Amino acid sequence: MIETLQLYFSYPFVRYALIVGVLIALCSSLLGVTLVLKRFSFIGDGLSHVAFGAIAIASVLDVSNEMILVLPITVGCAILLLKTGQNTKIKGDAAIAMISVGALALGYLLLNIFSASSNLTGDVCSTLFGSTSILTLTQGEVWLCAALSVVVIAVFLLFYNKIFAVTFDENFAKATGLHADAYNLMIAVITAVIIVLAMNLVGSLLISALVIFPALSAMRLFKNFRAVIVCAAILSVCCALIGLLVSILASTPVGSTIVAVDIAAFGLCALTGLVLGCAKK
Amino acid sequence: MALLTCENLTLGYDGSAVLSDLRFSVHMGDYLCIVGENGSGKSTLMKTILHLQPPLRGKIVTGDGLHANEIGYLPQQTMVQRDFPASVNEIVLSGCLNRCGLRPCYNREEKKLAQENMARMGIAHLAARCYRDLSGGQQQRVLLARALCATRKLLLLDEPVAGLDPKATAEMYALIERLNHENGITIVMISHDMAAALRYASHILHVGEPLFFGTKAAYLNSDAGRLYAAAGGERA
Repeated sequence: MIETLQLYFSYPFVRYALIVGVLIALCSSLLGVTLVLKRFSFIGDGLSHVAFGAIAIASVLDVSNEMILVLPITVGCAILLLKTGQNTKIKGDAAIAMISVGALALGYLLLNIFSASSNLTGDVCSTLFGSTSILTLTQGEVWLCAALSVVVIAVFLLFYNKIFAVTFDENFAKATGLHADAYNLMIAVITAVIIVLAMNLVGSLLISALVIFPALSAMRLFKNFRAVIVCAAILSVCCALIGLLVSILASTPVGSTIVAVDIAAFGLCALTGLVLGCAKK
Repeated sequence: MALLTCENLTLGYDGSAVLSDLRFSVHMGDYLCIVGENGSGKSTLMKTILHLQPPLRGKIVTGDGLHANEIGYLPQQTMVQRDFPASVNEIVLSGCLNRCGLRPCYNREEKKLAQENMARMGIAHLAARCYRDLSGGQQQRVLLARALCATRKLLLLDEPVAGLDPKATAEMYALIERLNHENGITIVMISHDMAAALRYASHILHVGEPLFFGTKAAYLNSDAGRLYAAAGGERA
């Protein structure tokens, strides 16, 4: 087993995959706590479908670097969803459902009509479930991913107290002079960035799992904000690592293996939380 | 100079007015109760004072060295907060954010202020506890301590006793009165509890028809006040 791993780690693309996987897991879990508590879990899901649609457009237009197109479209949709989420005729959850299903359908339609690829089903499948793309990362993509992750983590650390205030009580934060709308916008943009990054790892259908599972698991165990965030980050990184290693050793698809590990971790945390809760009583 | 002055204020959403030509002022040390029926615009008024929404016409002027972001606000609880994993300490500290500016961390002074306010609210022993595990009365105290961190002068309370049992209600009112009397903090409170309003307030603002603003004594002699007193509100 060790030898198999050693063999795999001698390939640079495996090392890249591991680095990127850990970074993405870290970022998505940090943000996940806020999104879950703000009742925004589905924004992640909606945006990932938008990203799928954007990738379809990019491949139809034959753009060499998909990121250039996918990132702005997803960020734009994130802002749009947040703006319309507040008080318009189409309510937040309906708007998300509309945009996500629409993007998914149109993306597939576009690919079907215009794609020159001989293996269309395979392409779509790998975009949706991220089966191979993590192993085809170039060095440039790894650097981009690392840079964006550092930015996300830095922003999160710098604005930690403000993010807490905006998440816990938006009105109070606004009343005491915090620009809550600006912070909401920031959260939406970061979400979009993370989702585009995470598409490489787990594919667009499974991203939400990376965002919500670590946060929910941590909330079973801890009862203050800082502990929840730290625990979610650690859990997420561990699950991603385990998932990646298992998928290499057992040659299972990367994305769904990581998500499976996340689900197992959630079950374990829920159980531990229950036992601890009972023990207290 | 008044702490807070509203001049010809017209409030509402999307251009349709809920309240018009509102005129009142709050001075240092006042205890103002805002009363009125559901839908009369009390909460809209509160939001406008807090700059959460702009007035349709007129303006709100803050004076006596009070900045618009130095109003301590005790909101009604939201669904999000009921299962929020946060410790009491974290929540009270977040009231100090308006002192931080762009500084990412709280300094020693702010941590001390949070400690003091928790002690003042009698919740210092709960500092490490989780907010969602507390009783309704304790949760309100936590939010009040947070509001006190945000202000030195003016507290705005939105139905502070909603959902509390009689004992917690009495304790809450006693706490607020102490803040008003002993610490000289000005109170503006939205209330449905007419009896308490008439017992504790120094001034009454009755929104809706008929509009009334004045001292408690004047209110009891006004048409609006007599109407309420006759309806059983008078007990004080």
